[in-house]
Amino acid sequence: MENHLNAKIPEGPLSEKWSNYKKEAKLVSPNNRKKLEVIVVGTGLAGASAAASLAEMGYNVKSFCFQDSPRRAHSVAAQGGVNAAKNYKNDGDSVYRMFYDTLKGGDFRSREANTYRLAECSANLIDQATAQGVPFAREYSGYLRNRSFGGVQVSRTFYARGQTGQQLLLGSYQALMRQVNTGKVNLYARHEMLDLVLIEGKAKGIIARNLDTGKMERHGAHAVVLASGGFGKIYYLSTLAMGCNASAIWRAHRKGAFMANPSWTQIHPTCLPQSGEYQSKLTLMSESLRNDGRIWVPRDKNDTRKANDIPEEERDYYLERKYPAFGNLAPRDIASRSAKEQIDEGKGVGVLKNAVYLDFSRALKEYGKDIIEERYGNLFTMYKKITGIDAYLEPMKISPAAHFSMGGLWVDYELMTTIHGLFAIGEANFSDHGANRLGANSLLQACVDGYFVLPYTLQNFLADEIKNPKTDIHHPEFDKAEEAVKNQLEEFLATKGNKTAEEFHKLLGSELYDKCGLSRSREGLEKAIENIRELRKEFKENLIVPGDASEVNSELEKAGRVADYMEIAELMCIDALQREESCGAHFRTEYQTEEGEAKRDDARFSYSSAWEWNKNPATPILNKETLIFESVTPSVRSYK
Amino acid sequence: MMKIHLKIWRQKNSQSKGGFKEYTLDDVHQEMSFLEMLDMLNIKLVKKAERPVEFDHDCREGICGQCGVMINGIAHGPLKNTTTCQLHMRSFNDGDTIYVEPFKASAFPLVRDLKINRSSLDNIISSGGYVSVDTGQAPEANTIPIANEIAEAAFDSAACIGCGACVASCKNSSAALFTSAKITQLELLPQGQKETRKRVVAMVNQMEEEGFGHCTNTEACEVECPEDISVLNIARMNYEYNKSKILRNK
Ligand SMILES: Cc1cc2nc3c(=O)[nH]c(=O)nc-3n(C[C@H](O)[C@H](O)[C@H](O)COP(=O)(O)OP(=O)(O)OC[C@H]3O[C@@H](n4cnc5c(N)ncnc54)[C@H](O)[C@@H]3O)c2cc1C
Ligand code: FES
Repeated sequence: MENHLNAKIPEGPLSEKWSNYKKEAKLVSPNNRKKLEVIVVGTGLAGASAAASLAEMGYNVKSFCFQDSPRRAHSVAAQGGVNAAKNYKNDGDSVYRMFYDTLKGGDFRSREANTYRLAECSANLIDQATAQGVPFAREYSGYLRNRSFGGVQVSRTFYARGQTGQQLLLGSYQALMRQVNTGKVNLYARHEMLDLVLIEGKAKGIIARNLDTGKMERHGAHAVVLASGGFGKIYYLSTLAMGCNASAIWRAHRKGAFMANPSWTQIHPTCLPQSGEYQSKLTLMSESLRNDGRIWVPRDKNDTRKANDIPEEERDYYLERKYPAFGNLAPRDIASRSAKEQIDEGKGVGVLKNAVYLDFSRALKEYGKDIIEERYGNLFTMYKKITGIDAYLEPMKISPAAHFSMGGLWVDYELMTTIHGLFAIGEANFSDHGANRLGANSLLQACVDGYFVLPYTLQNFLADEIKNPKTDIHHPEFDKAEEAVKNQLEEFLATKGNKTAEEFHKLLGSELYDKCGLSRSREGLEKAIENIRELRKEFKENLIVPGDASEVNSELEKAGRVADYMEIAELMCIDALQREESCGAHFRTEYQTEEGEAKRDDARFSYSSAWEWNKNPATPILNKETLIFESVTPSVRSYK
Repeated sequence: MMKIHLKIWRQKNSQSKGGFKEYTLDDVHQEMSFLEMLDMLNIKLVKKAERPVEFDHDCREGICGQCGVMINGIAHGPLKNTTTCQLHMRSFNDGDTIYVEPFKASAFPLVRDLKINRSSLDNIISSGGYVSVDTGQAPEANTIPIANEIAEAAFDSAACIGCGACVASCKNSSAALFTSAKITQLELLPQGQKETRKRVVAMVNQMEEEGFGHCTNTEACEVECPEDISVLNIARMNYEYNKSKILRNK
C-alpha cells in the first residue's frame, strides 16, 4: 500500500498562499514567548538566522554547532552569490520568473508553493543583509550590482566578491551574537547532536556531546529545529567541509522523520580535480567563472599537447556546441554530465585525465586583465595556491564534484517534519530545489527559511505549546536516548580492528560516486547496495578508534558520522533505484532520449519520495508526496 | 616523494605538561596539503592504536578560519596570505624538519595538542560587533547608495576569517587587528555608523576583559594575517576609540 503525504499547502492562488498563511497563523504574545524554549541545531545561514530572529522575538534559544565558533558553519564557503528577484537590472525579472526558473531548474520535481515563496521572500533578504552591513558589490553609482548564474537568462545574483557566503554568514552570525549578548541565546559551540528525544511522539530535546570534554548532555525544549546543512560529504571527496555530516537528520530519521529524495545530489561542474589518493576534499571554483570562462576539451582523444598549443579548430567547446542558448551557463547537472561524457570518452585532461579546461583567454583579450582580476581575482589566487598554476597564462583544469544535497528531511509547507515539533530548515530539508538546485538559490533558501518563514510557522506551532511546561530532562526517554548513544560510542571503541573511520569513508564515497553519482543504472545500484552492506559489516568488525569517550577524540567523532553515512548510502541507492526516470541531477542510464538527454516520466514519477525508517537500513518504507502543479504545466526542460 | 621530519607539540589538556614529539614521514607528496600530510601521519598513528594529533580544521579551503598552527614559528606557515589548510607541501623540501605548535595566547586556552579554544573572539563580537537591526526592519536596499570604493574598503576589513593568527603572532597576544577589522567595516558603512561610538568602547573593553594584550604597533599581525588585513584598521580603531571617549566626556 502506498502512503501519501499531505504538505498542508494553504488555499488560494499561488501568489497569495504565503500572505494567506501569515494572515491566519497563530500568534504568541510577547509575554508568553519568554516561557518557551527552542533548540536550533546548526549555525549556518539557516540556523543562525532562525536563532537570531526567534531570540529577537523573545523566545529562549539554544544554539548548537560542532565547529569551535558559529561563524565557521559551512555556509561560510559559498562563493558565487545569492539570488533575488529585485529586477534592478530592468531585464524582465520578477517573482514569477524566478519561481519558474527555479521550478524548471529543478526539473519540475519541487513543490510549487514552496518554490514560489522562496522567490517571493528573496528581495527582503537583500534588504536584511544590506542593513546588517554585508558589503555587497556596488556599481560606481553606489547601487547594488548583479551578475548572472547558470540556468537563467536574467542577472539576479547579488555577490560580495567571491565570498558571498562568508559575508552573509557573518551578518547572521553577528545577529546571533547580539542575541547571545542579550542572554536570549545560549550558545553551545563544539557540541554535536547525537540523538533526538521524543516524548509521547513529540520532539522534546536532544542528546549532545561536548566535543571538548566528551561529556554527554541533555537539552530539552518546546520545539527542535534542525539546520544541520547538507551531507554531500558522504562521497568523501566533495566541496563540503570535513565535519559536514548527516548525523543530526539521520538520527531524527531513525526516530520517525521521513527522508525525502535522498539520492538527489548536485555534482558541481567547476571544482578542482583530484590529484592523488591522499586528497581530502575537492575545492569548488565558483560557477560565476562560467560567465567569462569557456569550457573545452581537445577534439581528439589522448591529445597530449599543452592547452595553449592546441589550435582553436582542434578544441571542442562542447557546451556551446550542444546548448547554444545557454552555452557555458547551462545548468549544473547538464554541465557536469557533459564533462563526465567527455572524460569517459577519453578526452579528459590533466595527469589523471579527469578534468576539462576552463579558459579565460578570450575574456582576457576582450576586457583586459584588470577587469578579470576585479571579477575573479580571489578565485585565480586560490587556484594558484592549490595547484601552483597561473590561470591568467593557461586555462584552469576543472572537474565535477559532489556539492549539494537536494534531498533531506521531508517537511511540509510549515517546514515541519513528520515528527511533531521537529522542524528542518536550510540544506537539511528537501523542500525547494527539486531534482536540481540552481546556483545562488541555496544561500537564499537557508536565509529565507531562517529569517522569514520559520519565525511564522514555528510560532504557529508554539502557540499550542504555551500550556505545556518546560521539558523534563530526567524523563525516561532522555535516559534511554543517552544510554543508546553512549553504548554506540563504546562499541566503536571496543571494536579494535585495523581500519580507520576515514578509510571506510573513502571506500564508501568512491563506491557511491561511481554507482550513485552523475549517472546511475539498475545494475550499478543493485551492486552498490550489496557492496555497501558488505562494507557496513566490515565497519562493525574492523573499525579502529583509539582513546576513549571522555575526552577530545576526533576519531570517535568521525566514526559516528561514518556509521550514519553507511546507512544513508543504502537509502540513497534504494531511492535512486526506485525512480525509474531521469530528472535533474538524477540520471538513470536506462531512461534517456536518443540524444542522451534526461527522460522524465511525469505520469509515474511526479512525486517526492519520502522514506520511513523501518527497523533497519535495508527495508525502508516508501511514502509519496504527489506534486501538483496548479500554475504551470511541466515542460521538457530544454536548454538548447 | 619527500621525507619530512616533524616535531609536533603534544599536550593532553590545558592542565598537563606538553612537549614536542618527533615523527618521520617517508612518502609525502609535493601536491599534498599540509593538513593532508597530518592526516597521513594520523592514519599511521591510529593504525598503531596510538592517539592521533588533534588539530582544528573544517572547510580546508581557507575561509572558515578554523585551522591554524604555528609552523616553524610562523602562524599558518611560510606562505604569505595563506591559511594552514591552503599550504601545500611543495613549499617544503625533501629532508626538512618542521616544527608544529598550537597558537599560543592566554586568551586561547589549549584543548589538546594543536587544538585551542578561541571563544574569546566570539565574545568580542558579541559585545558590539554588529548592526542592531532586527529581522524585518530593513528598508529597501538601494535607498542608501554606497560608493563602490567604500563598499570595497569595507569588504577588505570584513574579509577577516577569525582564525586568531594575529593574536598568535603578536608578542603581546593582542587581538587588536581582529577587533579593529570589524569596527572599521561597520564604521565605513552608513548602516553601521550610527553605533560606532558605543561599539568601539564596548569591543575594546571586551578585548581587555578576555585577557588579550595591548597593541604596541609591532605590525607582526599584518604580516602573518592570511587575509592581508591592514594595520590601518588598528589606527582607525584607536582614533574612533579616542574620539568616542572625548565626545562622551563632553
Ligand atoms: C563550496 C560551496 C560553495 C557554495 N556556493 C554557493 C553559492 O554561491 N550560492 C548559493 O546559493 N549556495 C552555495 N552553496 C550552497 C550553500 O552554501 C549551502 O546550501 C548553505 O549555505 C547551507 O546552509 P545551512 O545553514 O543549511 O547549513 P551549513 O551552513 O552547512 O550549517 C550547518 C550547521 O549545522 C551544524 N551541525 C551539523 N551537524 C551537526 C550536529 N550533528 N550537531 C550539531 N551541529 C551540527 C554545523 O556546525 C553548522 O553550524 C555552496 C556550498 C558549498 C559547499
Ligand atoms: S580549515 Fe577552514 S580556513 Fe583552514
